[in-house]
Amino acid sequence: MDIPRDKLLEIYERMVTIRKFEDRVHDEYAAGRIPGFVHLYAGEEAVAVGVCAHLSDADSITSTHRGHGHCIAKGVDVNEMMAELYGRATGACKGKGGSMHIADIDRGMLGANGIVGGGVPLACGAALTAQVQGTGAVAVSFFGDGGANEGTFHEGLNLAAIWKLPAIFVVENNRYAQSTSVKYASAGGDIAARAQSYGIPGVTVDGLDLFDVYETTGAAIDRARAGEGPTLLECQTYRFYGHYEGDTQGYRSREEIEEYRTKHCAIQRFRDRVTEQGLLGDDELDAIDGQVADAIEASVEFAANSPFPDASEVTTDVYVNYEEAI
Amino acid sequence: MGEERTMSLGLAIREALHQEMERDTSVIIMGEDIVGGAGSDEPGAEDSWGGPMGITRGLVGKFGHNRVRDTPISEAGFVGAAVGAAATGLRPIAALMFIDFFGIPMDQIYNQGAKLRYMFGGKAKVPMVVRALIGAGVNAAAQHSQSLYSIFTHIPGLKVVIPTTPYDAKGLMISAIRDDDPVFFLEHKTLLGEKGHVPEEPYTVPLGVAEIRREGDDVTVVAIAKMVNVALSAAETLEAEGVSVEVIDPRTLSPLDGETILDSVEKTGRLVIVDEDTPRCSLATDIAALAADEAFYSLEAPIKRITAPHTPVPFSPTLENAYIPSQERVVAAIQEVVSV
Repeated sequence: MDIPRDKLLEIYERMVTIRKFEDRVHDEYAAGRIPGFVHLYAGEEAVAVGVCAHLSDADSITSTHRGHGHCIAKGVDVNEMMAELYGRATGACKGKGGSMHIADIDRGMLGANGIVGGGVPLACGAALTAQVQGTGAVAVSFFGDGGANEGTFHEGLNLAAIWKLPAIFVVENNRYAQSTSVKYASAGGDIAARAQSYGIPGVTVDGLDLFDVYETTGAAIDRARAGEGPTLLECQTYRFYGHYEGDTQGYRSREEIEEYRTKHCAIQRFRDRVTEQGLLGDDELDAIDGQVADAIEASVEFAANSPFPDASEVTTDVYVNYEEAI
Repeated sequence: MGEERTMSLGLAIREALHQEMERDTSVIIMGEDIVGGAGSDEPGAEDSWGGPMGITRGLVGKFGHNRVRDTPISEAGFVGAAVGAAATGLRPIAALMFIDFFGIPMDQIYNQGAKLRYMFGGKAKVPMVVRALIGAGVNAAAQHSQSLYSIFTHIPGLKVVIPTTPYDAKGLMISAIRDDDPVFFLEHKTLLGEKGHVPEEPYTVPLGVAEIRREGDDVTVVAIAKMVNVALSAAETLEAEGVSVEVIDPRTLSPLDGETILDSVEKTGRLVIVDEDTPRCSLATDIAALAADEAFYSLEAPIKRITAPHTPVPFSPTLENAYIPSQERVVAAIQEVVSV
């Protein structure tokens, strides 16, 4: 599949943005400037970007606790994201959501999600809207190998299959659900094969290869838009950081992590391929690296210089407001 | 002419669904067997159920399968899909059959639907209705007879509605569908056959506004769901004894119309709460706390709560009858507080 040059540049820019954003959040968190829980997406960039490269704002995605990558891939503003992590009033959710709840409905980003498997039915709902209204939009649900063991996964696939919803279910199999190996927790060992139970295509994808993700997703999305129903994609990938920031990672070796960082880095693989094939030049890729570094630096400045939300914000945006009612 | 028109509470809900689906094509309804007979080759199988009480019968013929959908028995799947559909532009109604089944989709309800707008800093709109049957009285035992509304009123953000008259059922359902937030519309099994006046044209009954069902001076009785009828009967009985009872039907449990309750308590100086739900950390307890906080100096007697015992709902008719608050218990409680 030929990817237009502009698209290749955008893909690279998004992947590098995710990597640099996450590396910076890692540092900011370690420095004590970001409160709460943070789960980093570095290493898995090819999945979010390879999928979202096919989507417009009219298409919806649901995400996970490890959601920064999906947000960036779907076009959420990094200033607003960093400010949200900082808990500031200028954040994507006015400081009311934090890392695990960044959302941008206008961009079809229906939220990171603190509940494993929580987004699967929501994506079915977004796909249902598209089907009922005949908009031609699709919905993508990202979740992990852990999420594929939740009841919502099975309910969602079944529902989407019987109704032929325009949905794509993307398993990001990064081999560990928290500290638990997929080898222990996932019966059958082949998550993509679970699609067979629901009579829909299930495809195993090299989630560290942007081109494999892009091509496979493109076919799944074409199928969904054509009214042929959902697809399950199992993208095999790896997270560079721990489950959460602060994870001591006793469940995997330093050598394993190092091997993925050095030999299976999705961004390096992309870069090697596009330069070897003469699709993009090192100079323009380096230029993107520089621009992204500046943008991330600016996002931290934006966040750090933004005000905290006023305490009066505690009681706004809830559907039922008892301060008024009583 | 309109004054003459009566129908059951269940049919009033059906009429509201028809009129709103006709008015607004973004309204869809889905749930287990709400049409019935899906996938069957039997002649006449389609629409053979219309939901557990037949309320949704006829919708599919008028609005089609795109907007009227039988779901698999998959509560997390379709309730969650209702949340996602609501966040992306539809006004879905999810029919949960019995409220007792809420455990399966609960994450989609309380962690997703109830919280989206708040977590997202005000950006999300989740206009959805969850319909479910509540209540004891038909010997359906522990897993098909609960009230459980206190669990939903406890969760910040959820709206909870219980109609007790056909008029309110239609008007509250129309309000619930038009509301931009998640609304639990709870239907007491034993009230679905209640008959009453229902105007033909669409109308709304506002959410969050209680109704004084009977005016009185000596004691305020706040009664929920079927207990409204029990309280009204008790009030009638006590009228002969010269006790004047005011009966309030909150109609919406969240947001609760505390003002109407407090105004009444300030007038009567006495409060009895009648609730079929279990008593601990419940709506009855919450209303008692509200009165103790806000109307303490108006109270001339201790607040009394008449509720079910803190047990599961039993099966045997004799046990279930003992479980449900009786008119005798309500009468005795009122007599006790007015004697102080």
